[in-house]
Amino acid sequence: MSSVASRLKSRGTASPAFLLAVFLVILVAATVYVFVARLYPAPPPISRDAVLVDRQYDLTLWVAGAAFVLAQLGLAWAVFRYRDCGQQASHIRGNVALEILWTFVTLLAFVGLGILGRNAWAGARFTPSAPDAIQIEVTTNQFVYTFRYPGPDGKFGRLDPSLVSAPTGNPLGIDANDPAGKDDIVVSELTVPVNRPVELLLRSQDVVHNFFVRELRLQQDAVPGMLIPVNFTAERIGTYEIVCTQLCGLGHYKMNGLLHVVPQSDYAAFLKREALVQ
Amino acid sequence: MSSNPQVADSVTHAPNSLLRRYVFSTDHKIIGLQYFFLALAAVTIGVILSLLMRFHLVWPAAHLPFIAGGIMTPEQYLALVTMHGTIMVFFVLTTAPQSAFGNYFLPLQIGAPDMAFPRLNMFSFWLTFLAFVVMLSAFFVPGGAPISGWTAYPPLSGLGEVTGPGEGIGQSLWVASILIFCVASLLGSINFLSTTIDMRAPGMTLTRMPLTVWAWFVTAILSLLAFSVLFAGGILLVLDRVAATSFFLPAGLVVSGEVQTHGGGSPLLWQHLFWFFGHPEVYIAILPGMGVVSHILANFSRKPVFGYRAMAFALCAIGFLGFLVWGHHMFVSGMNPYSGLTFSLLTVSIGVPSAVKTFHWLGTLWGAKIQFHSPMLFAIGFVSFFVTGGLSGIFLAQPAIDTELHATYYVVGHFHIVMGVAAIFGIFAATYYWFPKMFGRRMNESLGKFHFWLTFAGVYCIFMPMHFVGIAGGIRRYADATGATYLAALQPLHQFMTIAAFVTAAAQLIFFYNFFRSLKKGEAASANPWNATTLEWITASPPPSDNFGGRFPRVHRGPYEYSVPGATQDFLPQHLAPEALGSANKEPNNAN
Amino acid sequence: MPTSSIDELIERDGGGGAGYHGPFGNGDDWSGNPGIPQRTYVTGMILAVGGILMFFMALVSAWVVRRGFPNSDWQPIALPRILWLNTVILVASSFTLARSRHSLIAGRDADSRHWWGVTTILGALFLVGQLLAWRKMFAAGLFLATNPSSSFFYVFTAAHGLHVLGGIAALLLVAWHSPRRLTRETATHVVALYWHFLSALWLIIFALFLLEA
Repeated sequence: MSSVASRLKSRGTASPAFLLAVFLVILVAATVYVFVARLYPAPPPISRDAVLVDRQYDLTLWVAGAAFVLAQLGLAWAVFRYRDCGQQASHIRGNVALEILWTFVTLLAFVGLGILGRNAWAGARFTPSAPDAIQIEVTTNQFVYTFRYPGPDGKFGRLDPSLVSAPTGNPLGIDANDPAGKDDIVVSELTVPVNRPVELLLRSQDVVHNFFVRELRLQQDAVPGMLIPVNFTAERIGTYEIVCTQLCGLGHYKMNGLLHVVPQSDYAAFLKREALVQ
Repeated sequence: MSSNPQVADSVTHAPNSLLRRYVFSTDHKIIGLQYFFLALAAVTIGVILSLLMRFHLVWPAAHLPFIAGGIMTPEQYLALVTMHGTIMVFFVLTTAPQSAFGNYFLPLQIGAPDMAFPRLNMFSFWLTFLAFVVMLSAFFVPGGAPISGWTAYPPLSGLGEVTGPGEGIGQSLWVASILIFCVASLLGSINFLSTTIDMRAPGMTLTRMPLTVWAWFVTAILSLLAFSVLFAGGILLVLDRVAATSFFLPAGLVVSGEVQTHGGGSPLLWQHLFWFFGHPEVYIAILPGMGVVSHILANFSRKPVFGYRAMAFALCAIGFLGFLVWGHHMFVSGMNPYSGLTFSLLTVSIGVPSAVKTFHWLGTLWGAKIQFHSPMLFAIGFVSFFVTGGLSGIFLAQPAIDTELHATYYVVGHFHIVMGVAAIFGIFAATYYWFPKMFGRRMNESLGKFHFWLTFAGVYCIFMPMHFVGIAGGIRRYADATGATYLAALQPLHQFMTIAAFVTAAAQLIFFYNFFRSLKKGEAASANPWNATTLEWITASPPPSDNFGGRFPRVHRGPYEYSVPGATQDFLPQHLAPEALGSANKEPNNAN
Repeated sequence: MPTSSIDELIERDGGGGAGYHGPFGNGDDWSGNPGIPQRTYVTGMILAVGGILMFFMALVSAWVVRRGFPNSDWQPIALPRILWLNTVILVASSFTLARSRHSLIAGRDADSRHWWGVTTILGALFLVGQLLAWRKMFAAGLFLATNPSSSFFYVFTAAHGLHVLGGIAALLLVAWHSPRRLTRETATHVVALYWHFLSALWLIIFALFLLEA
């Protein structure tokens, strides 16, 4: 150890400076590579709102990425260029014009990003559901998703917590005396028709859960005591995984479901089939 | 300045018994060291917990000898998650940068004999110690430690054992510990602020305070205002748990088939109260590190901090804005989406003073004469990590993108880089820098450099891949990857991170060895081994009990007068009178 | 004058108590141990008041939010009338404390001590009155968990009451024991700050209760 140390010392401060600079360059190269090569990408988006999210993400990646590259390489250059080689340091106390400039540029860049990001958020959250949106209630509990369709009458039956009994086939606690609930369809997998607006009504029976579908770029907590609507229109047929992202207990990691996006005809058939089974 | 003829006992006569000198001491230096060693114990435990977590993520079915039944259960994993986060955030990141180094060096850097309220200071430490013991005891009670994360969202945390193992006594002990910690922090912040406001040496105006003092000052304001709110939230949570109130618990809950009798409360209310504390808390964790980094960069660049006033102002701006952004933790919580947009714009605004500080650090290095001692390496590392972690935050600050990344490993990567790495590098930098002053000995330079390289590379290897796991949809707080099927493809990244974690943790043994060996066998340190300008370096290493041996300095210039043109040496200590420097020395008129 | 290395100078300058005989600086540049200025205790109390205020503001915001829920189960409670008397007592105690402090500054020690005692008794009476208010609530079947409004009533009055208890302890401590680090003037100032804050805080809390009734 000591002979290595003394050899390092004899090269002055070149060694740590050089090592730092090289390391930072490798860091930048590796990071840029992983992003550019899309080694671990998110799955392709399947809705218009998801595409808007991706666009905003890409824009942010350009801005943040440029800042990252410039700052890390700037650091690398500075530590190498100004390593102690016997020079005198310059007694610079600051530079007001420069300080004002970079404050302003940063403000524009960051706040600009924030303002531009409004649209992707507004599209998903500020617009109410379309009048012909299919309403599906999503109930979460430890540790399953249960989906309820209102049936032909378009109305959900009344729920009563004291009637909840999963073993006897009433996991949601539907009040049998409520006529609106007689045609409700309760299933454990979510099926929706492609290219039709869907409004999910998220609720929870016990603790805070979450509904997340990567391909929709859609995530929302399900909070007990609240009924939270989220809207989407899926534009690609397929089966997608639903996961819970809000820590909900020991089964959190196993709480997942499936979203089936099917052709309209399949959806009609699904409703008819399930109505018989309920 | 009127002086009180009655000074505290400890500042005129050093106490005699071992107990009063090292255990129940009112000397801020001893108290600072007590906090330091508490944080050291806490970080050791915290790292071990995280290694167990990383191990389990990659080998979930492995037999572990110290677990009853052999295989770690999901609830045990979640208990590790909860306790790792809690111990690290409170007992390491809130304790070491502020309570440890701040207590030791604030009075020294402002030329004061002690903190304003030495006995209150001692009381604060022992309360913190008590909080730590209570927190650790949660591991050993029936049901074990809580599983609700360091964020403890109700109803999971508010209903008791029925929501899961560890949610009974374990969660109660957790809340009790946090409440005690809140009081300790509040008392500590009163001490810091009073001391800084009223006990600065003559001539030390605000613009002659070292940036470390500015950072501790702003951090103490954040502590005073944030911990009060956490305390309120904690009281309400306790009442929901034990007194059947319903502040956070809505009606109609059915947990595992049992109908709960609470009514009308809101889980979101807890989230607002918690994050109103929680966001300033992360600035409490990082601001002292920023101060230390500015301080060290100047020292080892032999240059003033670039734009000192802007740096001080940026600290204040970050502190102030830090209170306005808590909603960015709640974009998908069910909060009003219009509030989300407001919080988003405020959050991206915080990026501005943060970026300004980064530019100024680069500006400090520009035209410098950089000496790569260990403290400097860690300070430079801090800048790199702050850039990375800060920029990854820009994504999360936008709710549309947060919809994709919330509660994924992207967030875990982001906050670990800023807190678990940058802030820790600030602590390492401060330790290497001030070790000679605290203990009168030098740490071994070669070991310090070796520790730096392994850690710098290692933590980038651990935490950069987390961002990629998150973008691909890897969810945090998952005990393993056996749930959703797409998670299996991310396991290679997890394996890489786990190996990096074990290697990096092992590298910390170098630090431990260096630290403890140097305490006894390190080369003797002079008063000012780094040729620094600030007041802590004018006194002996370690300082006498009243800090300055009966002779208290007066301040004549700013804290970073390095390489002043025309001076005979490349640094002008703050306390030397202008006439003492001789006519050959000229210095800038400006006090800063 | 031969210049020693700066390190040597600093060693001689500031080291642990060794006599300084160096060429730099003059005696005026150093001071003796400044100790802790009296005003520091006032600063500390102002800061403490800030922290306590923040705690109560958190409770107030929780109260505002809870009241404002849609489909709210909020049932305003009928306030025990003794609360009005308690309010008068507490405000009066602030006046008596101000009187006591004024007397101390004017040098009328006996008068000061008299009004200090009256303040302490009024403070204790306030607490007794709050407990009586609680008894009235129990009698009306309103306990901590009965409804959200009653929950907040107990939380606010208990938190405030505990702080008042601390204030009474401070009043007694200052009366009994001459403080060593603080002068009597400072101790009085500091306690008065705290006490007046608690009176003002109670007025805010009471106003909130009245607002919703």
